[in-house]
Amino acid sequence: MLVKYPRRRLADFACKIRIWTSGRAGPNLALMLRYALKRFASLIVSLIIASAVIFVVTEVAPGDPAAFMLGINAQEDTLAALRAELGLDQPKLQRYFSWVGGMLAGDFGTSYTYRTPVAEVIADRLQVSLPLALYALALSTLIAFPAGLFAAARRGRAGDLAVMGATQLGVAVPNFWFAMMAVLVFAINLRWFGAGGFAGWDAGFAAGMKSLTLPAISLALPQAAILTRVMRSALLDTLGEDYIRTARAKGLSRRQALWRHALRNALIPVLTIIGLQFSFLLAGAIIIEQVFFLPGLGRLVFQAISARDLIVVESVVMLLVFAVIVVNFVVDLAYAAVDPRLRSRI
Amino acid sequence: MRRGSFYLGMALSAVFVLAALVSFIWTPYDHEALNIANRLKPPNAAHWLGTDHFGRDLVTLIMVGARTSIAVALVAVGIGIALGVPLGLMAAASRGSWLDEVIMRGNDLVFAFPSLVIAILITAVFGAGAVNAIIAIGIFNIPVFARVTRGGALSLWEREFIMAARVAGKGRVRISVEHILPNVANLLIVQGTIQFSLGILAEAGLSYIGLGAQPPVPSWGRMLADAQTMVAFAPHLAIVPGLAIVFTVLGLNLMGDGLRDWLDPRLRRARR
Repeated sequence: MLVKYPRRRLADFACKIRIWTSGRAGPNLALMLRYALKRFASLIVSLIIASAVIFVVTEVAPGDPAAFMLGINAQEDTLAALRAELGLDQPKLQRYFSWVGGMLAGDFGTSYTYRTPVAEVIADRLQVSLPLALYALALSTLIAFPAGLFAAARRGRAGDLAVMGATQLGVAVPNFWFAMMAVLVFAINLRWFGAGGFAGWDAGFAAGMKSLTLPAISLALPQAAILTRVMRSALLDTLGEDYIRTARAKGLSRRQALWRHALRNALIPVLTIIGLQFSFLLAGAIIIEQVFFLPGLGRLVFQAISARDLIVVESVVMLLVFAVIVVNFVVDLAYAAVDPRLRSRI
Repeated sequence: MRRGSFYLGMALSAVFVLAALVSFIWTPYDHEALNIANRLKPPNAAHWLGTDHFGRDLVTLIMVGARTSIAVALVAVGIGIALGVPLGLMAAASRGSWLDEVIMRGNDLVFAFPSLVIAILITAVFGAGAVNAIIAIGIFNIPVFARVTRGGALSLWEREFIMAARVAGKGRVRISVEHILPNVANLLIVQGTIQFSLGILAEAGLSYIGLGAQPPVPSWGRMLADAQTMVAFAPHLAIVPGLAIVFTVLGLNLMGDGLRDWLDPRLRRARR
C-alpha cells in the first residue's frame, strides 16, 4: 500500500518530542490514563464487531463442511453425526459465543480437515510466516534507512532524484511479479536458491533462512520503497526546524546536524510506519507464499477456504485482525504520549 | 523535473487507456483464436511481443487485458467514491457527534482487516470472478475516500464562506453538496488516481491467485499465473504482462503526484 505521510503531522511530532524531552511539558499522567482507557474500550468494541463480521461472512459461505469432509457418497446419518461432533448442529449464536469464548481461553477449536487443534495448526504455520515477516521487515528497514538518509542529505541533487525514482518503481512493481523474476534469475539461471518450498527449521537455521530469502526480498522491496519515502520526508521535516538552524549556527556541519539532531526526531514516524508494516507483512504474504509454495499462514487460509475448513479461516483472519487492531492501539497511545493536543481533542 | 515526471505519467497512463479502448474495435489478432503450431514464440516480426502457450498474440492479450484491469479498478474506485464521499461529508457535517464517531470508527475497523485476506474470503464465498473482485477491492476504497473527504471538509467547515452560507439559511446537506463537495474535489481526484493504481495492482494479485477474472477473459494477473510454470523456457510470457502492470501503475502514480502538486497550492509552495 502506498502510505502518504501527512507533512504537518510530522512537524507537529518533532516539535512535541522536543518539548517533551526537554522536560518542560511532560505528559499529564491522569489525562493519559483516561485516554488510554477510552482507546482500550474502543479496541474491545472493534474486536467484538470484527469477530461478528468474520463469523457472519464465513457462515454465509456456501458448502457444508461435513459434506465436504465425507465426500458425495456419505450417508445422511453419518453426516448428521459428524455435524454434531463438529458442533455444526448448534444454533448459530451459540456457536459464535463458544468460538469467541474458546479463543479467549486460547482454544481455537479443532480443524475440520487437519483434525488437530487450530491453535496447533496456526502455531505450526507461524513458524514460517513470523520469521518471513520479520526477515522482510529487517530487510526493508536495512534498505530504507540508508536510502532515506542518503536522499535527505542530498535533497534535490542527482542522488536524491535517483533514490526517489527507484522508490516510484518500487511501489509500482507487484511483489509477486518481482518474485517470479527473482526465481527466474536467482533460482533458474544462477541456481543460488531453490525455486520454492521450505526446507524446515529441522534442516538447520541457515537452510531455513535460505529458503525464505527470495520470498523476504520480494516482500520487502515495495515496503522498503514506502519506508524510504517516509524516512526522507520525516528527515526533511525535522531539518527545517529551528533547532537545526541553531545547531548549524553553533557550527555543526549539515551532516552533523542531520546525524545528531534530525535523525533521532525523524525516527518516531518511521517507527510507526514500521509497526504498521509488520502486520501488513504478516497478512500480505499470502500471494508470495503462493509463489514460493511456502507453508505459511496465508497459504493456510487459502487452503482452508477451498476445503471449507471454516474454523481455521475464522481463526486465522481473526488473529490477523487482532494483530492489526492491537498495533493501531499501541501506535495511537504512542502518538498521544508525545502529542497532548491529540488527547484533549478525543 | 516534477513537471517532466507528470507528463511521463500522463503519457504512460494514456498509452494503456488507449490500448484498452482500441482493443474494442481492433486488435492485431483475435484474442480467443488458438494457434498451437505457433505457440511460445519469442518476440518476432509477426508477433511483436511473442505468443503464449496457446499461440495467442501477446500484444492482443495485453490490449484486451488492459480492458479488464482498467474496468475492475475504475468500478472499484467508483464504489469507493459513491459510498465513501457521502459518508465523509456526513461525518464532517456532524463533526464531533455520535454519527461522526460511528463513521470514523467503522472506517478504522475496515482498515484493520487485512484487505487481501478479506478479498480472498469474499471471492471464496461468492465465487471467483471479475465482479466479485471489483466488490472486494471496492469495499476497501470506501474508508479511504470517507477519510479524505472528511479531512478536507473539516477545515472547510470553519471557513468564512461556509459561515456565510449558514447565515443565509442553507442546511447542512445543501452546504455539503453545494460548497464542500466542489472544494474537496481536488483531493478526491488525486486520491482517485492513487486508488486506481492500487486497484490495478490488487486486480492483478487476485487474478494471479485465480480469484479475479476467469478464463477466457484475458487479464494481466492471469497471464502471469499461466506464465509461472513456463518461465524457465519462455520468460517473455512473464516479463511482458509484468512490465504492463509496472508501467501502468508507475504512470498513474506519477500522474497522481503531479496532480497533487498542481491542484494543491499549499504543496506547490512547500514543494521540495
